[in-house]
Amino acid sequence: MYLRSNYRDFFRACSGLIEGAVNNIEALLSFIPITVFILVLVILAWRLSGRGMAVFTLVSLFLLVSMNIWDETIRTLALVLTATFMALLSGVPLGILASRSDLTENILRPILDFMQTMPIFVYLLPAVMFFSIGVVPAVLATVVFSMPPAIRLTNLGIRQVPAEMIEAAASFGSTPLQMLFKIQLPLALPSIMAGINQCIMLSLSMVVIAAMIGAGGLGGIVYRAITRLQIGSGFEGGLGVVIIAIILDRITQSVGKESPEKKAA
Amino acid sequence: MASKIRVKNLYKIFGPHPQQALKMLRSGLSKENLFKKTGHTVGVHNVSFAVQQGEIFVIMGLSGSGKSTLVRCINRLIEPTAGEIYVDEKKITRLPSQELRQLRQKKLAMVFQRFALFPHRTILQNVAYGLEIQGVKKGISENRAQAVLKTVGLKEWSAAYPDQLSGGMQQRVGLARALAVDPDILLMDEPFGALDPLIRKEMQEELMELQEKVHKTIIFITHDLDEALKLGDRIAIMKDGLIDQTGTPEEILIHPATEYVANFVTDVDRSKILRAKNIMIRPTAHVSINDGPRVALRKMKKEALSSIFVLGENRTLCGIVTVERAVEAVKNKETGLQQIVQTDIPTTTPETLIQDLIPVAAAAKVPIAVVNEKKKLLGIIVRVTVLAGLIGGGENNNNVGSSAESGNNVKESARSMDHISDPLPTSITGMG
Ligand SMILES: Nc1ncnc2c1ncn2[C@@H]1O[C@H](COP(=O)(O)OP(=O)(O)O)[C@@H](O)[C@H]1O
Ligand SMILES: [Mg+2]
Repeated sequence: MYLRSNYRDFFRACSGLIEGAVNNIEALLSFIPITVFILVLVILAWRLSGRGMAVFTLVSLFLLVSMNIWDETIRTLALVLTATFMALLSGVPLGILASRSDLTENILRPILDFMQTMPIFVYLLPAVMFFSIGVVPAVLATVVFSMPPAIRLTNLGIRQVPAEMIEAAASFGSTPLQMLFKIQLPLALPSIMAGINQCIMLSLSMVVIAAMIGAGGLGGIVYRAITRLQIGSGFEGGLGVVIIAIILDRITQSVGKESPEKKAA
Repeated sequence: MASKIRVKNLYKIFGPHPQQALKMLRSGLSKENLFKKTGHTVGVHNVSFAVQQGEIFVIMGLSGSGKSTLVRCINRLIEPTAGEIYVDEKKITRLPSQELRQLRQKKLAMVFQRFALFPHRTILQNVAYGLEIQGVKKGISENRAQAVLKTVGLKEWSAAYPDQLSGGMQQRVGLARALAVDPDILLMDEPFGALDPLIRKEMQEELMELQEKVHKTIIFITHDLDEALKLGDRIAIMKDGLIDQTGTPEEILIHPATEYVANFVTDVDRSKILRAKNIMIRPTAHVSINDGPRVALRKMKKEALSSIFVLGENRTLCGIVTVERAVEAVKNKETGLQQIVQTDIPTTTPETLIQDLIPVAAAAKVPIAVVNEKKKLLGIIVRVTVLAGLIGGGENNNNVGSSAESGNNVKESARSMDHISDPLPTSITGMG
């Protein structure tokens, strides 16, 4: 409670920031006409992972519209995007730090294990305590839960860059930053993209739990359906989550593979 | 003359406490015992040498002898445990990191055994890397990279990625990447070690041609004595972290300083040193271009040959006639040799290294003719002398080079294999 009373302004500011981000992203996404939105996603899916995925995207998004859960879908997307963005914003730099010193890595590893294995409700509680019920603790809990793979896979990707690449870059007199940005990060990109992909998937897996503390969206539909035993609408909400998961998964996966494909072309 | 690079009493010991291990080593503990007792490996053991401007200095030794470690101490990719290194008489073993980067950027460039090209960058971007990190403007660095790519013959490949190139091409890129920054010194760690033998030879020649133009100071690492002898102005022979001997190729061949070096040298492929004139023999028979096919056939039968050289005025080489062609000509009642002489036959000059004749001999179906610049036939080389290793080390070898009698031996054995192995068809023997 000491924290809560003394850093109230800080928590307020954080809370405002996160809530603002979710609401703004949601407003932005809803501002785009549905048809345009679907069209953009279909084109993206087509360009990045082929015709099959484009057809799937088209059909499944129309399904969401026809089930009348489009607004909730947008809400969930906004939530997931905000959480993923925050997770990456801290996860990737932490991964870079971990890759540069064994000490950092050794300190981070148990913390990450802790974050991933601790039952979610345990940190949902303090989050609610500091930020009260609503979208903010939901986003924060999601960030905590989904950040570890971003850190781990960034660290791993950088550490897996062959020593001879590092040697070659060093032999030309690269500074540590040049080494990082010109050699290590580009070569670690597939691994980092896999981390981003996992990060998004984990965020999505949190939507129902997030809804329990008032995050709304597709998770809200499912949560309400569970409490009222409405199997039909629970299924609709669940299907919505699955559809978003598949689309985001395929799109981010093919971004990770994009560079080698370009090479071969 | 001031040395370009000077290495003085250099040590590199791998392990957790190298300084303590160094003390033990200096107080007389052997390397084996040092390793057994403390787990420290001696990579470089009290090495000193100097390299002059414009020299190709080859460091040769078996795998694990410490060559890579030594060369990496020079640009301090590996920190030496003790000793000093001077570049242009400036001590570089204690440079702060900023100055060390400067040194690497401007003076020392390295070529790696496994190429170590950056897979995510195009060939052009790879070659421009050194300039890019120096902050050279993109247009300028790419122009320069393009020019260097042209000198290594890969101009058309600038937009490709490394994995699209063959090994030999990749190493040309590796070389271009090093040359692009116009360094004074090239450090080459077994640059051709990962290449096929023929490509390797090609690259050696290209490197020598290039060196004629650029006059870099080159430290070249190899485990191959032939390569060392071919490229090196001077060679240092390394074993177990020590340099056993330093000298010119001749000095090393003639006066090997230790048993280790001597063992290396006896295994030398002499084809690197012997020339065509040393192993050529007098042809046992030849015909004049004015003779007819019947004469040719008779001579071939007498000497048991399956083909015979045809000479013109002043013994100039016209070509060769095979027994099949001669028989056919006789059957068809042709009278001259002009129509049946084959002129596209392998020839060589007396100064050609045997080594360079190996591919020719392997492809040829007839003996190789040795001719002078006026196309006069000086002698022939039967393929087996080149291919069957009669010239490869040992005592035989010296005889082939020096004495006439053994020349006969060669002729005998050679003829029996090269010619009679292809016996005359019985149907034509009566026609001779
Ligand atoms: N990083 C290292 N740690 C421990 N030992 C090493 C290391 N690098 C090289 N060595 C040892 O040093 C010796 C020389 O290795 P190296 O310089 O690679 O030889 P070469 O290049 O002649 O094959 C070998 O015994 C090798 O095992
Ligand atoms: Mg080596």
